[in-house]
Amino acid sequence: MTAMQSYLDIKDLKKEYVQGTPILKGINFSIEQPGIIAIIGPSGTGKSTLLRCINRLVTPSSGNIIINSQDASNARGKMLRQLRRQVAMVFQEYNLVERLSVIENVLSGRLGYMSSWQAWRRQYSQHDINTAFELLAAVGLSDQANKRADSLSGGQRQRVGIARAVMQDPSIILADEPTSSLDPKTAVEIMSLLERFASEKNIPALVNMHDVKLAQRFATRIIGMSNGHIIYDGPPQDISDDILKEIYGGESWLD
Amino acid sequence: MSQLNHQWQRFTLAQKLSRYSVYLIFVLALVMSMRTVEIIPEFFFDAPEQMMDMFSRMWPIDVAFYPMTVHSAIIETLNIATLGTLVTLIFAIPLALLNASNVVASPAAHWLARFFLVSSRSVNSLVWALLFVAIFGPGVLAGVLAIALRSVGFVGKLLSEALEEIDMGSVEALRATGAPWGAVMLKGYWPQVMPAFYSIVLFRWDINVRESAVLGLVGAGGIGVVLNDSMNLFEWQQVATSLLAIFAVVIMAEVLVVNIRKRMI
Amino acid sequence: MAGLTPQQHKMHPDPFPRKPWHSVLSVLVVVYLVYSINTMGLDWQRFIDGLGHADKLLDRMFPPNFSRWELLLEGLLESLEIAVISSAAGIFLSLFIGLLAARNFMPNWVSVPVRGFIAICRSFHPVIIAILFVKSVGFGALAGILTLIIATIGFIAKLFAEAIEEISFKQVEAIQATGANFISVILFSVMPQVFSRFIGFATYQFDSNLRNSTMVGIVGAGGLGGTLFSAFQRFDYDFVAAILITIIALILFWEFLSTLVRRIFQCRS
Repeated sequence: MTAMQSYLDIKDLKKEYVQGTPILKGINFSIEQPGIIAIIGPSGTGKSTLLRCINRLVTPSSGNIIINSQDASNARGKMLRQLRRQVAMVFQEYNLVERLSVIENVLSGRLGYMSSWQAWRRQYSQHDINTAFELLAAVGLSDQANKRADSLSGGQRQRVGIARAVMQDPSIILADEPTSSLDPKTAVEIMSLLERFASEKNIPALVNMHDVKLAQRFATRIIGMSNGHIIYDGPPQDISDDILKEIYGGESWLD
Repeated sequence: MSQLNHQWQRFTLAQKLSRYSVYLIFVLALVMSMRTVEIIPEFFFDAPEQMMDMFSRMWPIDVAFYPMTVHSAIIETLNIATLGTLVTLIFAIPLALLNASNVVASPAAHWLARFFLVSSRSVNSLVWALLFVAIFGPGVLAGVLAIALRSVGFVGKLLSEALEEIDMGSVEALRATGAPWGAVMLKGYWPQVMPAFYSIVLFRWDINVRESAVLGLVGAGGIGVVLNDSMNLFEWQQVATSLLAIFAVVIMAEVLVVNIRKRMI
Repeated sequence: MAGLTPQQHKMHPDPFPRKPWHSVLSVLVVVYLVYSINTMGLDWQRFIDGLGHADKLLDRMFPPNFSRWELLLEGLLESLEIAVISSAAGIFLSLFIGLLAARNFMPNWVSVPVRGFIAICRSFHPVIIAILFVKSVGFGALAGILTLIIATIGFIAKLFAEAIEEISFKQVEAIQATGANFISVILFSVMPQVFSRFIGFATYQFDSNLRNSTMVGIVGAGGLGGTLFSAFQRFDYDFVAAILITIIALILFWEFLSTLVRRIFQCRS
């Protein structure tokens, strides 16, 4: 990846769900380096909406989203699916298919590369199957491979979710509050996993979180949002208390 | 200091009025119906005696009649019910998908699907059978289609309700991987809907067994034809044989369905 | 922990063990389809021919002919009468029969035969019961009313018995502890628990009786079904269409009314 080409470019992104009440009021940033980028900010400030605009689970009201130099803002159909498989998502509620086995959940990360017919016949390539088992081993769940997904604990399910995301061979990982439903120790384990995969694959991971300490520990860059705007974008060590107050404290997000 | 007398009413005035109106309308309807219905009182008081007479003519049951005609007719009835239920799925599944707000978003599609589902349910399978006998002639084809079309509304409605109740989380995750629509349906919707699907189909099959038994009365095949013939010939003992066969089959079907459902849970 | 750099590619086992019963089921279904289509002698040609007839039939059905609206109205009113009377009588009787069938209120020598009776009422299709009544009490609304009373008992009495078996005795005890007499106990502890469910059952059963009342006429038990059947036999297909439209409208109208009724009785302040 040359320095000129960025992983992700967001230009003047706006979104309103209800006419007259915008959630995202003009978001601008780009990602040119791999590693963990943490987005912090209070609830309701649009962090989740921002992430979902990137993989178009939500359609932006205006603005541009450019993923690896391809414009995702208006993509549809096959084009959209191709863009989506480059962007892997990890969810707060894990969003695994409960009735399927752990290994099949990991393999479902490849569904963007297969036809429905192949999916029905479960025609995953041997290479994919091998990779899936290796990923499961990497997240420490080899012995759970054939268990049903709903028999796992929260932390284990999130690890499967991460394995599924990496299975997509993405160029960027989005994680929407991946640790908010987990206890502090498990949260650290999950963040370590994300950090490891991001560095091994040399890709950025855009992670929403509300635990600032955790963010400062793992992120190489922090984006602070408040009231639908970005009000901080820089290294974690430079976040002062004043800035934190502006993000979380004050009534600025009520206006 | 004044003492406040709190007033407590179980229902507000508006609610009381509407409840009383319903009671009133119901009583009115009942009274009017009883006054206008054409019943000859003698027949009414005669009824128990007449019924006893008929039952006595049915005894003893003509067992020899069974292997000749009743057996193959009952098998035919079961086939009508089963084949009819299978054919229903061809129509019911697409309509259920169109009607589910979390599968297809367009309100026009919902209205269209709902129109077909409601019309199919509003017409009795016997009436459908009459229609199809007029079109396809007497025989099993009319029966199968009558069962199939009547069940579309039932299965389609329950299936779309089951679809709307699933947790959309895993569906969202699969869409986010860029999976095509078919794969999202197969891996996201289907695993969650599967138990409800089988339950609904079994439930409807059970009802269809009952319905298929009578379709023959209008010529649409099955044991109904044998029943009709026996009655027209006043062969009451043979009628009893057919009735017993129907009863046995209905009970067996119910036992089967209950057991399969127990296994599924 | 292992990294992701490709090392020795272990051949991993296929993670999808063939679930036998899935394939058995699909094979069974296909075999059944072939078998049943053959035994019943269904053939494609007959179906295609039929579609041709269907076309002609639809032509003759439209536009629907309402000119004999008096006949239509007569049948409609009779169906309504049958539905109303049989629902009222049936529900009334079911209250007692249901109580007799409740295993927590009645000894076994009472509840078991009563439950058996209810089961028999449920097992037979209303049309069969209608035929039996027509043969014994003659043509007309009486047979229809008796038929639907039986059908109502089969459904309402069973549900009522189950509802009684499910009531929480704690609420009953609480009211008994205040020293209230038996009737008050029933009114204040048993009734509130079962009443709103009861409204649900009653509206569902009326819907079912309304549908059936338009059908039992086919075998002579009165109502719109008789009008329909004669129209069919005389090949008056445009009148048939009118009757069908009336039936559908009637059922839709009741579906609308019943949601209203349920809302009125569900409102608890």
